[in-house]
Amino acid sequence: MLIAKNISSYYGNIQALDNISIEVNKGEIVSIIGSNGAGKSTLLMTLCGIVPAKTGSIIFNDTEISTLPTHEIIRMGVSQSPEGRRIFPKLTVYENLLIGDPLKREKDINLEFIFEIFPRLKERINQRGGTLSGGEQQMLSIGRALVSQPSLLLLDEPSLGLAPIIVKQIFETIKRINKENDTTILLVEQNAFGALKLSDRGYVLVNGKVTISGESKQLLENPEIKKAYLEGV
Amino acid sequence: MSSKKNFSLIIKDLIFTGLIATVLLIPIVGFRTEISTVDSTGLTFNYNFIIAFFVVAFVVGVRFLFHIYWFSKIQKKPQENSEKNKKKFLKKLNFYLGAAAAVIAFTLPFMPFANRYIVDVATLVLTYVMLGWGLNIVVGLAGLLDLGYVAFFAVGAYSYALLATTFDLSFWICLPLAGILAAFTGILLGFPVLRLRGDYLAIVTLGFGEIIRLILLNWYEFTGGPDGISRIPRPSFFGFPFARKSEDTTFHELFGLEYSTMHRIIFLYYLILILALITNFFTMKIRNLPVGRAWEALREDETACRAIGINPTNTKLTAFAIGAMFGGFAGSFFATRQGFVSPESFTFIESAIILAIVVLGGMGSQIGVVIASILLIGSTELFRELEQFRMLAFGLAMIIIMIVKPRGLLANREPSILLNKKNE
Ligand SMILES: Nc1ncnc2c1ncn2[C@@H]1O[C@H](COP(=O)(O)OP(=O)(O)OP(=O)(O)O)[C@@H](O)[C@H]1O
Ligand SMILES: [Mg+2]
Repeated sequence: MLIAKNISSYYGNIQALDNISIEVNKGEIVSIIGSNGAGKSTLLMTLCGIVPAKTGSIIFNDTEISTLPTHEIIRMGVSQSPEGRRIFPKLTVYENLLIGDPLKREKDINLEFIFEIFPRLKERINQRGGTLSGGEQQMLSIGRALVSQPSLLLLDEPSLGLAPIIVKQIFETIKRINKENDTTILLVEQNAFGALKLSDRGYVLVNGKVTISGESKQLLENPEIKKAYLEGV
Repeated sequence: MSSKKNFSLIIKDLIFTGLIATVLLIPIVGFRTEISTVDSTGLTFNYNFIIAFFVVAFVVGVRFLFHIYWFSKIQKKPQENSEKNKKKFLKKLNFYLGAAAAVIAFTLPFMPFANRYIVDVATLVLTYVMLGWGLNIVVGLAGLLDLGYVAFFAVGAYSYALLATTFDLSFWICLPLAGILAAFTGILLGFPVLRLRGDYLAIVTLGFGEIIRLILLNWYEFTGGPDGISRIPRPSFFGFPFARKSEDTTFHELFGLEYSTMHRIIFLYYLILILALITNFFTMKIRNLPVGRAWEALREDETACRAIGINPTNTKLTAFAIGAMFGGFAGSFFATRQGFVSPESFTFIESAIILAIVVLGGMGSQIGVVIASILLIGSTELFRELEQFRMLAFGLAMIIIMIVKPRGLLANREPSILLNKKNE
């Protein structure tokens, strides 16, 4: 579904991604783990064109997308819940969701399936986004990314700053979205244990390079990963 | 809820009512100009503060009765939480203010106290209301700080003036053309500044406003330079001119009235009122459309917008173009009303005043713009006799608003749309 080959991207002179190749197959949950500053967020940004890829190719459903502007990539069925949620704090929950499909009018947007996944959002529908709790904001961010019914969903640290029990719920929901909505998911996480338990395959990112990759089950057993990312969990 | 708390709420509300009534009524009822019999300037200023006081007292009294007989019943319903109530109250306040403003606006020229001066000032205030609403699209909704808005006003005014004087086109043809030309200028400005934000955008738009003014000033063959363009045709009532005598049927002949110069003045007043209301309805409508939502999202977080798939370039351009278009309409009106345009009318201070109206009104609030226009433009007009010191009144009004309401008069953002929760 998504094949990225040898992509590198830069912030000015600073290289953030160094020859990265990843692959996501239809129906999978793939996780990307790595420490702070490894380049995980940059990778997601590069995949949807917000940070341009300087070299390499990104192919989504047989189309080269690395040269397309972001809004066109997203129209093709990719969607992102960015790091730090980035909901619109002054807009209501409802308005936040509607903007998730920025080309459609209100009457053409169906939100029922989102309310089914996140009943909480329906309860808070006319509340301003900024007044939601952290967990609710995360639900809103994921919900907003789902409105356009993407085939590939990019999630950047959905567990950020949430209590363990909420993290567990969010991870369960991600599984549900993957199964029930038939949405392929690329998940970036600090919480390596949770992410690897949830996902089918994983990549480990260090300093902008992929160092280890493979089946999540095997990665969980990998001594290097155990030492670097799973210690104390 | 305890009756004591209720009581203090009512008192607060009454004081608030009194304040609003005072602000509105002192200029309307308290001051009167009359034909002077004594001095040669022709007009004198009479003060009717006592009448104004009684009217204010009457308004407060009626509000009090409302509280006792009507609001009390509403308040007995179970209370959810104060945040919700406050929102409801604000919504109601907004609605009543809007309704009251509309009624006053439509009946104003036929009030017993309405004379030429008052209708003229009201027309001026409405021009600024329209400009404020136009700029509100750019600044309030899309969050693009534009310090050169007067440029579009100027383009509209000059387009109208040139089209009407060279091609002899009627107002109703020139108006949309002027709007389109202004919108086009908006896009022209939009392109180079799209990547700028905040302070940088403000500086570039400021420069743009000056460029337009300097072009008008120096392109003598086309714009008449500092002399401006005069003898711009006055508007007619859909083809029936406002004149004592004409080859065509005149307005007063059409309706069998005595000829009066007030006809045209009242017509101009209603013209700008309608134009302003169109601006308002358009803004309200577009907030519900995808592009309007995209503006507001863009104002809050551009990076998030990109991640969602909003095209920031197009979104900003439409905001610039539509805001500019309404500025252009207002410019056309200005040109036809004055019968004369020159670069002097389009200096930076005009941009600053329009921006002040938007900011003081509470960014994005439509009613706020109206109140701020009345306060700022009304107050400077009231003190017109003080000549240059009237800018002092303007500044004072601004400072007071910023102290009392640092986020603008009506800072609360109204959701563009609510989802009715069914089965609840
Ligand atoms: N806008 C930017 N300008 C310059 N450098 C940046 C920018 N954004 C990120 N970087 C740098 O790129 C590198 C990778 O950052 P990135 O945000 O992708 O890390 P990350 O893996 O998501 O980290 P975290 O887990 O902390 O979110 C970092 O060294 C960071 O300093
Ligand atoms: Mg990150």
